[in-house]
Amino acid sequence: MKTLLLAAAAATLATSAMAQDVVRMGTEGAYPPYNFINDDGEIDGFEREVGDELCTRAELTCEWVSNDWDSIIPNLTSGNYDTIIAGMSITAERDEVIDFTDPYFPPAASAYASTMDMDPMSADAVVAAQTNTIQAAHVAESGATLLEFATPDEAVAAVRNGEADAIFADKDFLVPIVDEDSDMSFVGEDVALGDGIGIGLRESDDELEATFNEAIASMKEDGTLNTMITEWFGEDAITFE
Amino acid sequence: MFEYCSDPSALDGARWLSCYLTNGVHLRFYSSFGTVLLLLAITAPLALAFGFLGAAASRSSVAPLRWAGKTYTAMVRGVPDIVFFLFFVIALDQAFEWMRHQALCPGWDAPIRQGAEFNVCPEAKLPRSSAPQAWHEAYNFSLAIVTFAIVFGAFAANVLYGAMRAVPRAQMETAAAYGMTERQAFRRILVPQMWVYALPGLSNLWMILIKATPLLFLLGVEDIVYWAREIGGSKTSAFSYPHPDWRIWYFSGLLVFYLIFTKISEIVLAQLTARLSAGQATAEGERLRRAAPAGPAA
Repeated sequence: MKTLLLAAAAATLATSAMAQDVVRMGTEGAYPPYNFINDDGEIDGFEREVGDELCTRAELTCEWVSNDWDSIIPNLTSGNYDTIIAGMSITAERDEVIDFTDPYFPPAASAYASTMDMDPMSADAVVAAQTNTIQAAHVAESGATLLEFATPDEAVAAVRNGEADAIFADKDFLVPIVDEDSDMSFVGEDVALGDGIGIGLRESDDELEATFNEAIASMKEDGTLNTMITEWFGEDAITFE
Repeated sequence: MFEYCSDPSALDGARWLSCYLTNGVHLRFYSSFGTVLLLLAITAPLALAFGFLGAAASRSSVAPLRWAGKTYTAMVRGVPDIVFFLFFVIALDQAFEWMRHQALCPGWDAPIRQGAEFNVCPEAKLPRSSAPQAWHEAYNFSLAIVTFAIVFGAFAANVLYGAMRAVPRAQMETAAAYGMTERQAFRRILVPQMWVYALPGLSNLWMILIKATPLLFLLGVEDIVYWAREIGGSKTSAFSYPHPDWRIWYFSGLLVFYLIFTKISEIVLAQLTARLSAGQATAEGERLRRAAPAGPAA
């Protein structure tokens, strides 16, 4: 208890000197190349680069925070950070709880990858996906048996060790994995899901939403956003018109 | 760390490994062992204090105090840890912020609760959003300590309550015969004697507490299990040190750590038991008395 009070008191003292507003950027840090913890222990990836550029353009001071995917929305609404920038697709269900900016990443394909030749849509297929993702929702509706994992990496591991027949995830996440593992290959058809990826914000934060929308628009206009997309996702990645 | 680490892709064998094991994420992994040990070092005495107060309250002759003590132990012991960690910590955090909001922002007219949102004025945020990340981590860590202390305090309260009742009644009656008040007897006779009865239960709690630290990650504190999972997972060539799924090695490392740690705990607890048994009216106390060299009793 004493430690708590001390920490709280010291925090108050330390911050009263800083006047500038800080926007805390929440991300998962486990979804390369969108976001990941790099070898230096720092948050890195496409979203880190986009986020930092947006903050520069909007003249905001940004601080990066990593948070478990499962509790990423509750921690936004309770105010532990101010944005979610974690490869989160814009969907109607999420839009009821939080707000999204305009997309900074176009609607991308999701794909199945497996270690064998199989039909991921068949009723006896066991498909792994990360919990609370549009991919998990899609598998549940497809008729296959859904096996959910807390992190995308665990879903991949489940396919490798035979626990699941296939994984369903964003294709951009799977491409480097399939490329570097001779046992894994894409199976079935790619599926287009979601309305693109946007920054998640509290519904009451209209001002911040407008600021970010403006910055995203300016990055789309001068082509920097498309450059970053091709830099992180390759020449074949879908870019903005 | 080492000079030759600047280009990891050109390295192999022992050099690659030495660079890999000393890169940024690994240093954070190693320091998380310190986090866990620090948490245990602060939580254990705090939980014991909570437990002592709970037990003392439970056997109080003042009815409201007794009810408070019994309610605390019954409620906390009945709620699953994970629920407690998800619900209570957020409630505690919001309670602090709400109080600060009332004190610091009297003129604020926007509602604090909007649907699922909890919006206090920026000055009331704990820590302030402009505070460096280290303060946010320290704050979460403090919340974790308080929560662990409350949860384990409730179990400790029950153990101590039982231990207090296990002290032979004749001891308390003798104290009364010597003219001690109830308080004096509690302090001089009951408390010094109860530990030997409490120790087996408390040592169980300690062992469970050691292994409960992965709950830390629910509070945003990155503990050793989080880092083992994060670093051990397979890494593609987007990383400087790509490798397949190595979680088995990292978790084996944790296994060794936990086994050594619990072994040391057992040794220390065994010594403590022997020490506390000296002069006690228990079988172990009697054994020690007989084994001791003849002479005036210490």
